[in-house]
Amino acid sequence: MTELNRVVVTGLGAITPLGQTSSVYWENLKAGSSGLGPITLTPANDELTQKIAAEVKNFDPLKHFAERQLSTLDRVSQFAVVAAREAIANSGLVFDMPLSVRTAAIVGTGVGGQTTHDESFRRVYVEKRTRVFPLTIPKLMVNAPASQVSMACGLRGPAFAVASACASATHAIGIAFHMVRSGQVDCAVTGGSEACITFGTVRGWEAMRVMSPDVCRPFSKDRMGLILGEGAAMMVLEPLERARARGAEILAEIVGFGMSADAADLTAPDQGGMVRAIRDALADAKLTPDDVQYVNAHGTGTAANDETETKALHEAFGAHAPKLAISSTKSMVGHALGAAGALELVATILAARHGVAPPTIGYLAPDPACDLDYVPNTARAMPIEAALSNSFAFGGLNAVLAVKRFS
Amino acid sequence: MSDVASDVIAIIAKKKRVEKPTVEINDRLQDLGLESLDAVEMIFDIEEKFDIQIPYNANTNNPRTEFETVGDVVNAVEALVAQKKS
Repeated sequence: MTELNRVVVTGLGAITPLGQTSSVYWENLKAGSSGLGPITLTPANDELTQKIAAEVKNFDPLKHFAERQLSTLDRVSQFAVVAAREAIANSGLVFDMPLSVRTAAIVGTGVGGQTTHDESFRRVYVEKRTRVFPLTIPKLMVNAPASQVSMACGLRGPAFAVASACASATHAIGIAFHMVRSGQVDCAVTGGSEACITFGTVRGWEAMRVMSPDVCRPFSKDRMGLILGEGAAMMVLEPLERARARGAEILAEIVGFGMSADAADLTAPDQGGMVRAIRDALADAKLTPDDVQYVNAHGTGTAANDETETKALHEAFGAHAPKLAISSTKSMVGHALGAAGALELVATILAARHGVAPPTIGYLAPDPACDLDYVPNTARAMPIEAALSNSFAFGGLNAVLAVKRFS
Repeated sequence: MSDVASDVIAIIAKKKRVEKPTVEINDRLQDLGLESLDAVEMIFDIEEKFDIQIPYNANTNNPRTEFETVGDVVNAVEALVAQKKS
């Protein structure tokens, strides 16, 4: 067996409700800011029962794309490309030959181009038009963000979308990590994107009865559910040797990826599935529970997830669980669904790099069913050598990434 | 039995997960084997049937503790239907 590469992160990009670059995003996470606000993106915001979401505010596509390009780019692809460009620029890599054909572009998204979907359905069903825009189909396809990243950045190796609802980005990054580790590719640009704060999608979430009317308070007493978010985060992964040889700044090392399926309820979280994914990630990383200081939780703010995730952390970490700093950054940026795992891995990487655990904001008081340390309301300076990022999706699909501070 | 009662019973009967020939007004909800998604599906069916809005958040409301019997659900729906008419 050939020796596995060590895989490092050399570039990050993010476009989020808390800032449209990875550095602004991180400053706001550390400050415990809220990215939540009134829904403005749908054509009939007033008709919605749900009033609050975490939108990427004042995003101007014309700052990033020529006007004629926009007829090919749904908001979800715009986010993916903007974040990928930032990550690549920060990495210092240039994707000319032969690196271009040896680089993967793997992008997670839950539902793809929902804005395009919603607009075209509105035209045919409500406005009774007979035509929709000519590029409706290639704009809304779930692989559009991956394809657009590949085209915009000149990446000619393996490129595809990963869809596993709220775990999409974590699965995408995990697969990219394993491909770089095994030597199947020399580099990967990977992450997730989501932009589905549309009238039809919000109506769908309303019908699930799991959204909070105002604030997302993961793990807190009196939490009332999740808040929808949107955005994208992308990163550049490459072998440690290559990064060292070219003198790149190394932001963190990705060390493990674990996944599992519950094969149980469609939407109810499953402790056993969560535990298997966490243990799989630790084993892949050759970490013991005691090695980990920080967990970026899935932490949706629903009654069921947060209680079940707490039990899973107890089971997977045993006596070490109460010593973990655990936070849900969804309290600040909402639940970006297929992009959530990427937004959260960026938070986890920067937490380890800067030695700061971002907080869980909106935390009121302990819930007896959630009895761990959730870094309530204020960020905490602490050494973080190893950290996990959890993603647990509808459909019972679980994915967990493990990162280490690079020194 | 009122029309509301028979309609609510029919909706609950569709979602029950135990072998039982009929659903009765005094049946306890927990004995009908209802699972997590059954509540939101039943509420949707009831809202559509009676054109009412039922305030319900799965994080804070638990129909299995707030409503003990089928009759409790019927009473709540009858109250909302009456409110709509007034």
